[in-house]
Amino acid sequence: MKKLVILGAGTAGTMMANHLQHKLDSSSWEINIIDHRQEHYYQPGFLFLPFRIYEPEDIIKTIREFIPEGVNLINDKADKIDTEGKKVLMQNGDVIHYDILIIATGCNIAPEEVDGMNGKEWGKSVFDFYTFSGALSLRNKLDEWEGGKLVIHITEMPIKCPVAPLEFAFLADSYFKHKNMRDKVEITYVTPLSGAFTKPRATATLGNLLEEKNISQINDFGIKKVDNESKKIIDYEGREVSFDLLVTIPTNKGDALIERSGLGDELNYVPTNKTTLQSLNNPDIFVLGDATNIPASKAGSVTHFEAEILTENIVRFINNEPLKEEFDGHANCFIETGDGKALLIDFNYTHEPVEGAFPFPGVGPLRLMKESRINHMGKLAFRWIYWNMLLKGNHIPFVSTAMQTEGKHF
Amino acid sequence: MQKVISGKTINVNDEGYLTDLTQWDKSLAQAIAQEEGIGELTPKHWDIIHYLQEQFKQEIPLSIRKISKSGVVNIEEFYALFPQGPLKKASKIAGIPKPVSCI
Repeated sequence: MKKLVILGAGTAGTMMANHLQHKLDSSSWEINIIDHRQEHYYQPGFLFLPFRIYEPEDIIKTIREFIPEGVNLINDKADKIDTEGKKVLMQNGDVIHYDILIIATGCNIAPEEVDGMNGKEWGKSVFDFYTFSGALSLRNKLDEWEGGKLVIHITEMPIKCPVAPLEFAFLADSYFKHKNMRDKVEITYVTPLSGAFTKPRATATLGNLLEEKNISQINDFGIKKVDNESKKIIDYEGREVSFDLLVTIPTNKGDALIERSGLGDELNYVPTNKTTLQSLNNPDIFVLGDATNIPASKAGSVTHFEAEILTENIVRFINNEPLKEEFDGHANCFIETGDGKALLIDFNYTHEPVEGAFPFPGVGPLRLMKESRINHMGKLAFRWIYWNMLLKGNHIPFVSTAMQTEGKHF
Repeated sequence: MQKVISGKTINVNDEGYLTDLTQWDKSLAQAIAQEEGIGELTPKHWDIIHYLQEQFKQEIPLSIRKISKSGVVNIEEFYALFPQGPLKKASKIAGIPKPVSCI
């Protein structure tokens, strides 16, 4: 019996377990998935939690309910990967051998990377919303906050879901308007990038939205430290931004296990072939989702497209066939813009987001790069799609794995 | 699009980054540095420029963090040498594309 081991049962690992359970012959392949956690969070919901658009019960289910029958869930903590011996060493001393390993250990926030970020104001006036606990304590803070300077800040790229901080800014504007206190809140968006987003045309559109919503923007800000006494963030060139409430996206890093195993780059991301998803250093290791170093967005939609291609490549690898070099960096994201509207972007390694109709060229019904209510409905419907289709490895109707160029205005 | 700088015609994108590294040379780099307000390039500047070009040729994605851990320059110095967006400016002068560390 040969063994395939998946490390991590988040979005990426769970999708792979579901795909492979269908594809691999159960008489010759045993599939194991390792994760010490009990809960599976719908991570896009962390954005909505602080504003009470979602409640905790909307976004938490168990890991176990999404692992298909025939896949063995090992509910313990992995300590290290031994690539020479082809085994995963568990914290409890168990050793799990593999013939093929899939790394899906994701990424986490690392506020300790910036001087003072997790200092005495952490959880009091400095918050993150990239973790369940962070989003929840921010919600409690916002419930009672009486206004002042709100600073939304990105520490450094890459981060999981690069549009989330912008969405947070738009939703904050909308939230304070509905609470009739927008005039008491000054919102500033501080980014290490030179504009609102990473791709030129989307940057223009999103930058205009920030301006329309009276959110001021500070670009090219390379943070050096958070001063907990004076409540300021300070950059390497000495620029200072004061805050009463700082909502920051700390540095994102791959799992510490990757570092312990000596498999990561300077941010613990695993060097990965960007078209085949095979590890660059170990042919029997494949990597997907936020754990890779590929130049694609760290986002669930990207992982979904990756999982479809990786499944094919695992089968090809088993059959000694050449791998398909097909992953194109496809990302498809709804961006909440507040007041019940959203816009949609669709892009890949080579094509930046542009205007057009989606998913049917010329027809829609969704419009790319334009705010609309139907896009917002799409974003809300996505939670159902995530739990009921995406995790189970079902193909999303009409949305192709490779990005379509038809119907787009390049 | 094309641009004439220091007596040479070069191909650049709409943000002014070279699209063909083979057109790059040291006098061109110095001319771009003047345009970007960096002034006279020092040996330390050149170390960084050569490091960036090496990384680019090996298709290694660049970030400020990576450079500050490379041993070539520390983060404070990097900001002091190329103020206001050091990685962007240094990449432009080095004739390589704007870093896509930000997706």
